[in-house]
Amino acid sequence: MTAHTVRIAQRSRGRGLGRRVAAGFLYPLGLPFLLLVIWGVASTSSTNRFFPGPLTIFEAFRETWIGPAFVDDVLPSLYRLALGIAASIVIGIAAGTLIGLFQWLRELLEPLLEFFRAIPPPVLIPVVMLLLGITDTMKVVVIVSGAVWPILLNTIDGVRATDSVMSETADSFQITWWERLRFLVLPAASPRIMTGVRQGLSVALILMVISEMFASSAGLGYRIAYFQRNYLIAEMWSGILLLGLVGVLLAATFGVVERRVLRWYHGIREVNRA
Amino acid sequence: MHVLSLRRPRSLRKVMLGVVGLTGFLVVWQLVPTLGLINSQYLPYVTDVFARLAEEFRDLAFWRRLGYTMTSWAIGLAVATAAAVVLGTIVGLVPFLRRATHTVVEFLRPIPSVALIPLAVLLFGIQMQAALLIIIYASFWQVFVQVIYGVADVDAVARDTARSFGLTRRERLSYLVLPTALPYLMTGVRLAAAVALILAITAEMVIGNPGLGRMIELSRSAGDAVGLYAFVVVTGLLGLVVNLVFRFIERRSLSWHQSVRGEEVL
Repeated sequence: MTAHTVRIAQRSRGRGLGRRVAAGFLYPLGLPFLLLVIWGVASTSSTNRFFPGPLTIFEAFRETWIGPAFVDDVLPSLYRLALGIAASIVIGIAAGTLIGLFQWLRELLEPLLEFFRAIPPPVLIPVVMLLLGITDTMKVVVIVSGAVWPILLNTIDGVRATDSVMSETADSFQITWWERLRFLVLPAASPRIMTGVRQGLSVALILMVISEMFASSAGLGYRIAYFQRNYLIAEMWSGILLLGLVGVLLAATFGVVERRVLRWYHGIREVNRA
Repeated sequence: MHVLSLRRPRSLRKVMLGVVGLTGFLVVWQLVPTLGLINSQYLPYVTDVFARLAEEFRDLAFWRRLGYTMTSWAIGLAVATAAAVVLGTIVGLVPFLRRATHTVVEFLRPIPSVALIPLAVLLFGIQMQAALLIIIYASFWQVFVQVIYGVADVDAVARDTARSFGLTRRERLSYLVLPTALPYLMTGVRLAAAVALILAITAEMVIGNPGLGRMIELSRSAGDAVGLYAFVVVTGLLGLVVNLVFRFIERRSLSWHQSVRGEEVL
């Protein structure tokens, strides 16, 4: 190989790298940037006061949420959200495993579960309010009462669909009940459980917002509704932005957890595909 | 024949157990206020709730409210599906667009649509458009994402074959892309139908445009527990009907597809 070809190879690799870096930035950031610019230009040239420019919104975001409001409104909301999600996951998986393991229990409860799943979750807010009054517990219960169903039903399906060869193998090795649960049933159901958890997360976020819009004097949902009623437009938009960020963070966190929990599963699928 | 005779006792048992479960639930519901575990002001007797339901079903005003809810549901779902199919097909077929829109989609999709309620109220007040904005936003993403996956899922060999046979763009769309993407699309539409119903009722509860959701909110603020529970049961039944109808449509429209055909053979 002559020095010339090496140089050409290096140069083209360098250019490839440069292009890859450019693509790495341009593709993810190009369109958002473009949209923000268009929004900014449109909002300065139009007189519609319901759509302030992005810079005004960012400014409002900094003033509204960074400071005491973060501790007073945002953290309690997120705390209730986390508590509700955790309770939904624990209840959903525990009850789902139990129901999934016993066929008679499943057949007994199936019509009921179908019905409860079909109830639009926000409708439960007034019911829970009536039963528990307007308290923090009520808001957590509201979140659980909506988010638990997808987790529960997916767990039931996952437990039920345990590979029969594996469960017969487990039988013939006479492993204990607990070992069976820990090493066979739950891992086999985990892809379905994670699907359920993902659906549950978005329901939980919706219920957190609405329960606060409905019955609260603090919290993220309350703040946004308050800004709207007082025509604090930029502040309202900053609240929508914050909720969007919470949603994105929740989805990203879930993605990381899912990859860890289901690493073996994705591995198997890739091997099967190859 | 043999299979049927084996199956019948099982499905009979299933139906029986299901009925027992349902009855048990209703009995427990009736007993809890009767025994005074929860005051009947907060958890009314199930018999009262059912009497109220029967009364509402005879009332024309009830059906009109149901009509409002289902109208905004249907319009919202139709607009969202149409927009998602067109945009999803375009974005899914062009790799450049798929990569360029990825971040925007991943940021916009997780925004809870209820966060847009204040904006919808500002823009449209308590009209149906306010509810539509939220319904469309939420159900659009369900369909859009599925369509993108579906369109991108076209088998490479089939695509190359279609190319070498010289199929036109239009033919490729209708014989190659559509059949591949249809199962995904139907899944998306089924999910979107459920989401659209949730948001149609939520919007009525929070915004106050007429419909079933508003009746729930009015019963709550009037302290009418019986009415509140009756309307909650109605929304549950409505959700059930929507689920069943769309599952049926999905099976019918995909009767040729492996996933449905495979089940029927068994």
